[in-house]
Amino acid sequence: MALFDKFKNIFSRENKSQEDKEIDKQKLDDSLNKTKSNFFDKISKKIAGKSKIDDNDLDDFEEILISSDIGVETTLKIINNLELRVKKNKYINTEDLYSILREEISNLFIQEDLEEFVIPKVNEPYVIMVVGVNGVGKTTTIGKLAYKFKSAGLKVVLGAGDTFRAAAVDQISIWADRVGVEIVKQEMGSDPASVAFDTLQSAKAKNADVVIIDTAGRLHNKINLMNELTKIKNVMHKIIPNAPHDVMLVLDASTGQNAIEQAKQFTAATKVTSLALTKLDGSAKGGVVIGISDQFNIPVRYIGVGEGIDDLQLFNSKEFVNSIFDN
Amino acid sequence: MFDNLSNKLDKAFKILKGQGSISEINVAQTMKEIRKALISADVDFKTAKEFTATVKEKALGQEVLTTLKPGELLTKIMKDELSNLMGSEKSDLDLSSKPTIILVAGLQGSGKTTFCGKLALLLKTKFKKNPLLVACDIYRPAAINQISVLSEEVGVSVYKEEENKNPVEIANNAISFAKQNSKDVVIIDTAGRLAIDEQMMNEIGLIKDNIKPNETLFVVDAMTGQDAVNTAKSFNEKLDFNGVVLTKLDGDTRGGAALTIRSVVDKPIKFIGTSEKMDGLDVFYPDRMAGRILGMGDVISLVERAQQQFNEEDARKIQKKIAKNSFGFDDFLSQIQQVKKMGNIKDLASMIPGVGKSIKDADIDNDSFKGIESIIHSMTPEERSNPIILNGSRKKRIADGSGSNVQEINQLIKQFNQMSKMMKMMQGGGASKMMEMMKGNNMPKF
Ligand SMILES: Nc1nc2c(ncn2[C@@H]2O[C@H](COP(=O)(O)OP(=O)(O)OP(=O)(O)O)[C@@H](O)[C@H]2O)c(=O)[nH]1
Ligand SMILES: Nc1nc2c(ncn2[C@@H]2O[C@H](COP(=O)(O)OP(=O)(O)OP(=O)(O)O)[C@@H](O)[C@H]2O)c(=O)[nH]1
Ligand SMILES: [Mg+2]
Ligand SMILES: [Mg+2]
Repeated sequence: MALFDKFKNIFSRENKSQEDKEIDKQKLDDSLNKTKSNFFDKISKKIAGKSKIDDNDLDDFEEILISSDIGVETTLKIINNLELRVKKNKYINTEDLYSILREEISNLFIQEDLEEFVIPKVNEPYVIMVVGVNGVGKTTTIGKLAYKFKSAGLKVVLGAGDTFRAAAVDQISIWADRVGVEIVKQEMGSDPASVAFDTLQSAKAKNADVVIIDTAGRLHNKINLMNELTKIKNVMHKIIPNAPHDVMLVLDASTGQNAIEQAKQFTAATKVTSLALTKLDGSAKGGVVIGISDQFNIPVRYIGVGEGIDDLQLFNSKEFVNSIFDN
Repeated sequence: MFDNLSNKLDKAFKILKGQGSISEINVAQTMKEIRKALISADVDFKTAKEFTATVKEKALGQEVLTTLKPGELLTKIMKDELSNLMGSEKSDLDLSSKPTIILVAGLQGSGKTTFCGKLALLLKTKFKKNPLLVACDIYRPAAINQISVLSEEVGVSVYKEEENKNPVEIANNAISFAKQNSKDVVIIDTAGRLAIDEQMMNEIGLIKDNIKPNETLFVVDAMTGQDAVNTAKSFNEKLDFNGVVLTKLDGDTRGGAALTIRSVVDKPIKFIGTSEKMDGLDVFYPDRMAGRILGMGDVISLVERAQQQFNEEDARKIQKKIAKNSFGFDDFLSQIQQVKKMGNIKDLASMIPGVGKSIKDADIDNDSFKGIESIIHSMTPEERSNPIILNGSRKKRIADGSGSNVQEINQLIKQFNQMSKMMKMMQGGGASKMMEMMKGNNMPKF
């Protein structure tokens, strides 16, 4: 069956049973006649009668979505939504199709985009725990975020919760120096939950506004390491009842469909509440976050656009979607 | 949700079931599913398109042998084609130059520095080399510390110039240092860089032109999605690298990027990273990777890794038993014990064909074997050493004793039979398929 079978219904109002019969016949037609095989080929004929959209548009559309890492499942969902919209219109042209598409994709982001780097008002230090697989940019994002918060006049304390990776404590300490914020750390190899505990204690004593806890990168299929993360999280409320207020999962824009599994497993271990998407300054589009945001109901908050201290931006869903189509 | 490729292929092949030969009609339907599945495994859009076109061409008109169903035949064609694309044999480093200079490059966070440490350890222990690590990442905070810590951990010296901001100079100086200090391999770690960052790409080009490395390795994260095609192309245009290092394969990614990279730059994958630890480096076996992308289970890896962990005596004993055809459930049990010792059960278990799917979402730890263990424990010694006698009433008794059911016991016996058959093929010799596969991938020389 065609990948985007659903699509064939978009411009068709035939009833189901007749449709079914047609599919079989069409299967034969398709496989015998089609030299070219795109996901949309079945619908192209039907579309031709109802709009000014041709095969090439659909080819392009397919390629754009797939090569942005949006993935098959989410693409199907987008098409579903598109279907509902297009049914109402009689004729659409290429331009319309694209603008409807953009809208439909934006709609999959659940959040209201933030306007500035702010944290909700709480009567205790606001604690952000940062998690993710290896090398995605957790520590760097923490450095940049600390800088944003500090620039906004907030008192920030960092916790060097990665005590495992070589020179991880050095790395975040350099960031703390660079930004000019406090950092709580222990020796390499010490218990990360204990580092988190110390950090919160110190932040509370000093009346800090924001605490950001780094954690070691870990692959989500490693059960022991995921359990460790749960433990780190659970120790926090002993000092600050509602901590962590935010568990931020950092995703690398160049990661493909595996990011979905990452989101699933990290959510299972720590109840992720926000996403940061890094390395968007590269050629990767990071489209996999669309499905993640939608499926797990997690807002995308920040994007990393470089390695410098100022290379963090608020996520803007509209701009993000545009960037998928711009090229 | 996260359907793996073999799930999808199973679905795809349903369409082919009961057909005697592969025809245009049944292939066309299936190819779309396969393409979808490849894309979900992160194979690049165009690569997936080309791949299915090739498979289709090869499949058409093939007579389905009596022993193979069309779906199986197609799987075979696909796996062969995938292995083909991945490169038909593994390729080693050329260490003949004195010193051999190895330049390591790649995107940010892909695992370059970690790989440098791992490679140094491998060269030192298995190749009896005297390598030198070189810290040429002048950008990332604590990059020099990181490689220094790793160098200490693996017991290999590191060359660094904390104040020097010129990586070309550092690399050149390091090579002079290596020559003076009889280092025979120089491993140069560089900063992560984006393929579209012209300035940084020029920098790495300059490093390469100056030091003229014997090997340039491109390090890439196995979880990479569609962007693999862009980065691999750009790095290849700039560096014309000799080989690829695929990291973080201890995750559960299908690793379609491996296929993408092979097909767009046609360079061999020389190493894979399989843990954060310094011994987590392995050579690359194309057809295992093909199996992984297809989700067919990496039996050979499993067996080999198991064998590495066995002590010699155990291995000899088992080999004898297999030779004498007396491999029994006690041995199976002791194998489970061995597997448990190895840790990372989910990883290992998922390599067993058929198991992969069932444990996809389950939490796997040592308890996962409890069921199997209690079944075996409920068997009499005779039943364990001579499983053939397990008839219906014995199975019923065992089921009651172990709190399982006959179906589960049948399942276990089936697995057991597969395993002993496989082990027999691997060790017993003969012209079996398995042996051929093993020969194709001789154990690494190190
Ligand atoms: N170009 C670019 N590079 C980034 C970005 N964010 C992080 N990096 C780089 O990615 C690499 C890894 O970043 P880290 O912050 O160390 O990543 P991590 O997730 O903390 O890594 P582990 O702790 O080892 O798991 C570094 O070289 C960073 O400079 C980004 O938005 N753009
Ligand atoms: N699980 C696992 N983690 C790995 C593997 N290789 C590297 N890592 C981890 O990935 C993260 C990034 O590794 P690095 O070696 O710092 O990556 P890099 O390419 O040098 O990063 P930059 O220098 O910042 O570009 C670290 O947390 C490593 O421990 C691997 O094969 N498996
Ligand atoms: Mg880190
Ligand atoms: Mg590095």
